[in-house]
Amino acid sequence: MNWFETVRAGIEAIRAHRLRSALTMLGIVIGISSVILTVGLGQGAQDQVKQQISALGSNLLIVSPGSSTDATGMRRGFGSASTLTLNDATAIADGSVVPDAKSVAPTTSTSTALTAGQTNWTTSVVGTTTNWLGVRTRQVSDGRFFTADEVTQAADVVVLGSDTATQLFSFGSPVGQTVSVDGTPMTVIGVLAPSGSSSSGTSEDDQAVMPISTAMRLSGSTTGSVSTIYVEAMSANTLSAAYQEINALLLNTHGVSADAADFNIATQDSLVATANSTNKTLTVLLGGIAAISLLVGGIGVMNIMLVSVTERIREIGLRKALGATPSVIRRQFLVEASVLGLAGGVIGVAIGYVGATVLPGLINQPVSVSAFATLAAIGTALALGIGFGVYPASRAARLTPIDALRSE
Amino acid sequence: MKAIIELAGVRKTYRSGSIEFEALRGVDTRIDEGEYVAVIGPSGSGKSTLMNILGCLDNPTEGSYLLAGEDVSRMSEAQLAEVRNRRIGFVFQQFHLLSSLPAWRNVELPLVYAGVPRAARRERAIEALTRVGLADRIDNKPGELSGGQQQRVAVARALVTEPALILADEPTGNLDSASTADVLALLEELHGAGRTIVLITHEHEVARNAQRNLVIRDGEITSDELTGAHA
Repeated sequence: MNWFETVRAGIEAIRAHRLRSALTMLGIVIGISSVILTVGLGQGAQDQVKQQISALGSNLLIVSPGSSTDATGMRRGFGSASTLTLNDATAIADGSVVPDAKSVAPTTSTSTALTAGQTNWTTSVVGTTTNWLGVRTRQVSDGRFFTADEVTQAADVVVLGSDTATQLFSFGSPVGQTVSVDGTPMTVIGVLAPSGSSSSGTSEDDQAVMPISTAMRLSGSTTGSVSTIYVEAMSANTLSAAYQEINALLLNTHGVSADAADFNIATQDSLVATANSTNKTLTVLLGGIAAISLLVGGIGVMNIMLVSVTERIREIGLRKALGATPSVIRRQFLVEASVLGLAGGVIGVAIGYVGATVLPGLINQPVSVSAFATLAAIGTALALGIGFGVYPASRAARLTPIDALRSE
Repeated sequence: MKAIIELAGVRKTYRSGSIEFEALRGVDTRIDEGEYVAVIGPSGSGKSTLMNILGCLDNPTEGSYLLAGEDVSRMSEAQLAEVRNRRIGFVFQQFHLLSSLPAWRNVELPLVYAGVPRAARRERAIEALTRVGLADRIDNKPGELSGGQQQRVAVARALVTEPALILADEPTGNLDSASTADVLALLEELHGAGRTIVLITHEHEVARNAQRNLVIRDGEITSDELTGAHA
């Protein structure tokens, strides 16, 4: 009896017991589709984080101030100190000291109320230089960005994020209108194009960008401290070189050792890794639950195959009497179990794909299913069928034809 | 005449725990090609054990069994399966047809295990069914056939491999008298065509159809005589 005949006989046997076969497959189907979906959800969340972080700019290094300790010895977190200044930004921008930095944008950030006519809106007011647009890979959709002259003059101009513009000006273009920032009237000269992503709860599209000199004048800051310095490296290859150069420069100018560094440099990769570590835990957890359901599905296959062997004991006896060797019988039951597993796997993958298409609309989470995950899932289902079919199949093969024929 | 079956000193002992039970206590006999032999005996006589050994479903504990000149008494399970497939056609009391398959698929089963290609199998199955008078029933499932017809399908299945021996175990045990006569007539006809048939039964009336009766009692052949039924 060749393999083709054996597979055909297996499919016939499965079709002869439709309901039972369907219920058996159900375990595998649920297991496989939940594995596909959980892995897809995890992958989707990771992709989303990656996309959000890459939306910050490309080849970006983010320099933020270190932690500060107040008079009572209370240590605050990163960014709480005001150890980074405009001077640091100027130093980093020096091509002879940090040759791998292409462009530098120091920024300050405060949360301030903006008023336009009767409407007010509290948003993040960012003060920066003209480089910001390039470093953060943003575009102006309407009007223009501020110029270097306006930075020098601390001009009262502001560029609004697209969401902010919508909140403040429901009708018509905001360009040329006046907003009051903390009581100071300013001219809206442009609106940023939507970035298409939001990261860590703050929308990149909800902010008001103005010259850093203007922002410092408004806040009354005289120390020249900045909250973040964005540095764009020459290329992805020089990212780590730029990191080393900036690190050495700031340690030197701040006069501190590496252990006592009063600043922190993050790359996009490190941000992605941090954000994904939580996602990963969740994916592993959910994937583990799905794997357990797969195992239960496999045990279901074994259970049904054992029932099938018992129920078809006379058929087995007859086949043996007619010349089926023990190995042919074993193969037949093994193939039946594998077909159940494989069919369950394929159906499970199909349901997983349907879920991956429908789910994002319902829970607002992207689900990305990879070809590798699909093949792995089908392979697992097949392996489950074979693995849990071995015992029932060898039980069937061991039956003696006389006992099997005589059984009632 | 060429011998199909040669049994010499065949013993079969069953052991269950410390109790030994000797089902066959030294059986010697010879059945030639073209013979129609009935093995008669009450239940517990060793008749079924003899049938299992003749059918290569079980090995004798002692003694030798030559089937068509081949010693099968010490063969492994896989070898016995191959011998059953090639040499023996079984007809059982309960028909043992697979209810999910049409008649011709039931008849082709032994050919599947013999490795015959699909097209040839169908042709030979239809040929065998025609021979037992069921040419118009090849696509019917067993449930759509009468008891007598089902047993005819089983006979066709026994014939399809052209075996050296047809072994019928109480083939009329589950049939009414009309179907019984029908099946016995079919066996008679096959015998007439030169087949070797061994019929196992406890009914003397059925056994009378065979040329030769072997009576078995307490694990031994107690009588071996010709019935006078025409050859």
